[in-house]
Amino acid sequence: MNEILTIMAGLGDKLSAHILLAASALALGISVALPLAVWASRSPSVARIVLGFASLIQTIPALALLALFFPILLSLRAVFGDGLPTLGFLPALLALALYALLPILRNTVTAREQMAGGVLEAADGVGMTGWQKLRLVEAPLAAPYIMAGIRTAAVWTIGAATLSTTIGQPSLGDPIFAGLQTQNWALVLAGCIASAALAMIADALLGTIERGFAQRKRWMVWGWMVLALAGIAAAGYAQRPNDENSIVIGAKNFSEQYILARLIGQRLENAGYSVEYRNGLGSAVVHEALTSGAIDISIDYTGTLWTNQLKREDNPGREAMYNQLVKWERETSGTLVLGRLGFENAYALAMREDRAAQLGIETMDDLARQAPRLTIGGDVEFFERPEWIAVREAYGLKFDRQRNFTSTFMYDALTGGEADVISAYTSDGRVAADRLRVLEDTRGAFPSYDALVLISPETAQDQRLVQALMPLVGAISVEDMREANFAVDRLEDKKSPAEAARELANKIAAEPPP
Amino acid sequence: MDQDPAPLLRFENVSKSFAGTVAVSATNCVITQDSFVALVGASGSGKSTLLKMVNRLGDPDGGRVIFEGSDVRDAPPAALRRRMGYVFQGVGLFPHMTVAENIGIGPRLAGVKATTSRISELLELVELEPEYAQRMPHELSGGQRQRIGVARALAGDPHLLLMDEPFGALDPVTRDGLGKSVRALHGRLGLTTIMVTHDMAEALLLADRVLVMDSGQIVADETPQALLAGKGGDIAQALVAVPREQARALAKLAPDIGAAR
Repeated sequence: MNEILTIMAGLGDKLSAHILLAASALALGISVALPLAVWASRSPSVARIVLGFASLIQTIPALALLALFFPILLSLRAVFGDGLPTLGFLPALLALALYALLPILRNTVTAREQMAGGVLEAADGVGMTGWQKLRLVEAPLAAPYIMAGIRTAAVWTIGAATLSTTIGQPSLGDPIFAGLQTQNWALVLAGCIASAALAMIADALLGTIERGFAQRKRWMVWGWMVLALAGIAAAGYAQRPNDENSIVIGAKNFSEQYILARLIGQRLENAGYSVEYRNGLGSAVVHEALTSGAIDISIDYTGTLWTNQLKREDNPGREAMYNQLVKWERETSGTLVLGRLGFENAYALAMREDRAAQLGIETMDDLARQAPRLTIGGDVEFFERPEWIAVREAYGLKFDRQRNFTSTFMYDALTGGEADVISAYTSDGRVAADRLRVLEDTRGAFPSYDALVLISPETAQDQRLVQALMPLVGAISVEDMREANFAVDRLEDKKSPAEAARELANKIAAEPPP
Repeated sequence: MDQDPAPLLRFENVSKSFAGTVAVSATNCVITQDSFVALVGASGSGKSTLLKMVNRLGDPDGGRVIFEGSDVRDAPPAALRRRMGYVFQGVGLFPHMTVAENIGIGPRLAGVKATTSRISELLELVELEPEYAQRMPHELSGGQRQRIGVARALAGDPHLLLMDEPFGALDPVTRDGLGKSVRALHGRLGLTTIMVTHDMAEALLLADRVLVMDSGQIVADETPQALLAGKGGDIAQALVAVPREQARALAKLAPDIGAAR
């Protein structure tokens, strides 16, 4: 419990970012929904279309809606220019605002339907213009309903805002996603409790305003509205840009990335830079974030970039792949590939030692023969990845069942017997710790996955920064990386990514690269 | 009718249909100043549709309505409506406003704040105590609400009072009392009143001219006396027959009740 409290005390920055995001999305949602609702209340066909659209939006999972704004904004760059952000605040704002539309719209339209017909006829009869009718009769009578809709929207928005972590917007989702990844339940709980508490406070505040409207107590409406705005203003003050020059390090959503981000961050801090972290970014999102300058530094892998960015399916071999990548990055975006860290985090298929021995499987060719009777488990994106498709075709793999797990639970699934084979990562500490057999890729179907440090085009101009990071090139062995990963992932004596990064740095200092 | 009183309102060949159904067809009629006209007919006869053409809650498809010398469509509807009082069955008091605010809404829209004494005066007209000013509509009885509805209609000193089934939702005793009050106000304030009702007895007792409507047309235009004397044709007489039979039956009962005593 104490641990959770300590974590929560450190969440101030995420909290204020969360509040600002949710409040902005709500404000945008309200300012779109109210005029639409007025229009809809005057035309049943508009009401049908608008409510239909808002309901449709609601059926899209929030996570997908957030992610969808990345390609949408990317294509809009044709209109608005390359300055249009595709990650972070803007897409999160737009997606959440869309999400907030439905409850506000529906309640406002319902309010209009609930209004006694006599009242509206009387408004016309006493000689109100359309605007006077809206202002003097419809708006005050609909206010409690609208407020109830806003209240629902606020709770949804605050909850869904935790997901904006995945598109690079800091929020209370940061500790949740980081915790889920490293099985640090205190982090997960701290994030959940903080966002739930925020939602409950917002609900209570808006509920009081709603009651104020219903009971026509102006002081109640205004007093609590001022209180709500003060909270938002405080969040805005806390989020004021205090250091324009800090270096932003992006990390994908797994432990190794968290550790390496910290390792780089610690080096830069020692060199006098101020550093920020964007953790938990989607794998597809990171590269775009880097080339567009939304983040300054990222860690990626040759094989991943080869298939996802260069859209290549061939496998020219480790060195050729690296050299072509460096050239491609330089020529297409000006991104600097600083160098290889020295270890590979390749995809590999792994089995439990005892199970592999029992079935007599050592290579992937052996596996292909037994596959129709086996279940394969992969992380959430594995079966969609071109690498898997290439491997599947190279060996003619056909499994009885195919199951998705988050990368953390994949290993538990293997040890628990829920999968016979999993897509493992070679640098993962659990490969050694769980005594797994990594199946030999006799045909070289999996591409190599050398870990790389990438620096955004603009930041690459900073020679001092480049020099500060240069000693990391070639400095990390796969054994050291496995150990650091395991220190974060294991359940007992768990280390935070920052602690593991410090230990890793000490090792690097102790055994300088050849 | 020894001399021609000034015409306040004129319907010129007005007609209106709703989705292919004729509600009012090619109707002509002149309403003179100070008259109390009842528009009577069965449901769907077109009487409310005709009334709403006056304050433009429904414009005619053809023909025109002339009020105080000009086509009602020459002025914006809001401005036109502030020159007429409108009372209807639904009352439509604004639930979020006090009685005083409800009564004062017309002047407020015209940019004048109704004074407390003016509100008291209007409340007195509809026979309510000044204390009612600060009540909310939901605290009032049905009859009191419609009294406030009448006071609201009169707040702008209109020349014309339009009433659409104004007492339809009230119990008979309240209905009778409010009917008498309105008739008295009509005389005292020099109003011209048009009242839509389906109740012939009410029309005969309150109005000085009864227009009977059927299938979108005025089929009879008589004084109550003439209607009771058998004029106005079959449709009108069928409507008059109801209260007449009731009166006769009551009269027949009366001696029996007397005998039983």
